[in-house]
Amino acid sequence: MSNAKDVTDASFSTDVLASDKPVIVDFWAEWCGPCRKLGPILDEISVEYSEKVDVVKVNVDDNPAIAAEYGITSIPAVYLFQGGEVKGSVIGARPKQYFEKEFADVLS
Amino acid sequence: MWPANLAGASTKEEVHRSVSNAENTASEVRDVIIVGSGPAGYTAAVYTARANLKPLLLAGSVTAGGELMNTTDVENYPGFPEGIMGPDLMENFEKQAARFGTEIQFEDVTELDLDGDIKTVTIATGETFRARSIILSTGSAYRELGLANEKRLSGHGVSWCATCDGFFFKDQDIAVIGGGDSAMEEALFLTKFARSVTVVHRRDTLRASKIMADRALAHEKINFVWNTGVEDVLGGDKVTGLRVKNLLDGTESELAVTGVFVAIGNDPRTDLVKGKLDLTPQGTIAVEGRSSKTSVKGVFAAGDVIDPTYRQAITASGSGCVAAVDVEHYLADLPVA
Repeated sequence: MSNAKDVTDASFSTDVLASDKPVIVDFWAEWCGPCRKLGPILDEISVEYSEKVDVVKVNVDDNPAIAAEYGITSIPAVYLFQGGEVKGSVIGARPKQYFEKEFADVLS
Repeated sequence: MWPANLAGASTKEEVHRSVSNAENTASEVRDVIIVGSGPAGYTAAVYTARANLKPLLLAGSVTAGGELMNTTDVENYPGFPEGIMGPDLMENFEKQAARFGTEIQFEDVTELDLDGDIKTVTIATGETFRARSIILSTGSAYRELGLANEKRLSGHGVSWCATCDGFFFKDQDIAVIGGGDSAMEEALFLTKFARSVTVVHRRDTLRASKIMADRALAHEKINFVWNTGVEDVLGGDKVTGLRVKNLLDGTESELAVTGVFVAIGNDPRTDLVKGKLDLTPQGTIAVEGRSSKTSVKGVFAAGDVIDPTYRQAITASGSGCVAAVDVEHYLADLPVA
């Protein structure tokens, strides 16, 4: 998991959907090994692109409603939201460069 | 889930940039660089570090620790009578390698230049490293069914990692594809969550070890569909079923499931060395006899990437030891510069 701010079922619409800035959401859980690998990579992205994007995380164990709403059945799942809509997603732990390519619209 | 090839995220530009960097940044020539950090890579690191070769281990950013990072109980690795969790075992490997002075970097290798006496390794940042010898222990990647809908529904019902995703299938009917140890392990793990688990297997017997097969066959939540191949994954936004085909009489039918876990084996990760090293007909890196010597001098390989047969943590580990000893001998025989 990353050091990113925790977002919950309750705060999702304010923190993510209503955000002026694009938001990268890391859906994770404690028991997910690959999620732990991905944490530091998203932390790097968060620092490097802090002016362009916010990075937050959703613990799917504690917040099942949001994960269900987006039909997520695999984690780590990383979604990019912009203007309240899903603009991209990456399933599984991937290297930093992979995110930079997939989310190039905001990470460039 | 945990899709296949995580290895290369490089672009053409990065490769070119790194080549021009090679002369500038990589002045130090190391004795040995190890690529990959499963049991083979870490064991090679422990041995070469203890031989005072100061190995550099390029562990991968998200693949670090290898396949065991996605498993739970490892019951057949000797020395742990009560079993050990896969991630804990790999953390122990890492600590042991570090203890003797292995330099571990969690970077992804994107390019290998294996010609000549000095080999060059490029990582995803464009940085390069040079060494007199290389040990390749890149392991293997999950095999996919190769269906368009499998890819499309990845993360929406199709998964490669039961320990990651089982949680999402509470009280649902799911399928596991495959008949080996990994498939049985996934099926058994998934019974903690699922209402039912159907194992779909192409043959009429399991390839899994007897202890795993017996456990799965005896489990009340697990059903078996034999001699059956998967023709398609069904569903719009998420998986609703599988279209399967009986391989004996050719009849097709549908299996209603909301989750599909694919465990049909692995393919050696050889993308970095295609066209550079000889491969076997099975796709593994070819090595000389019982050694770790590849077709290129100074390049050694160990673990699942050379092993089409056994593919256990302990055999990979033994193989990593072989590579380390081969490297020691190789370096000792080099003419003094």
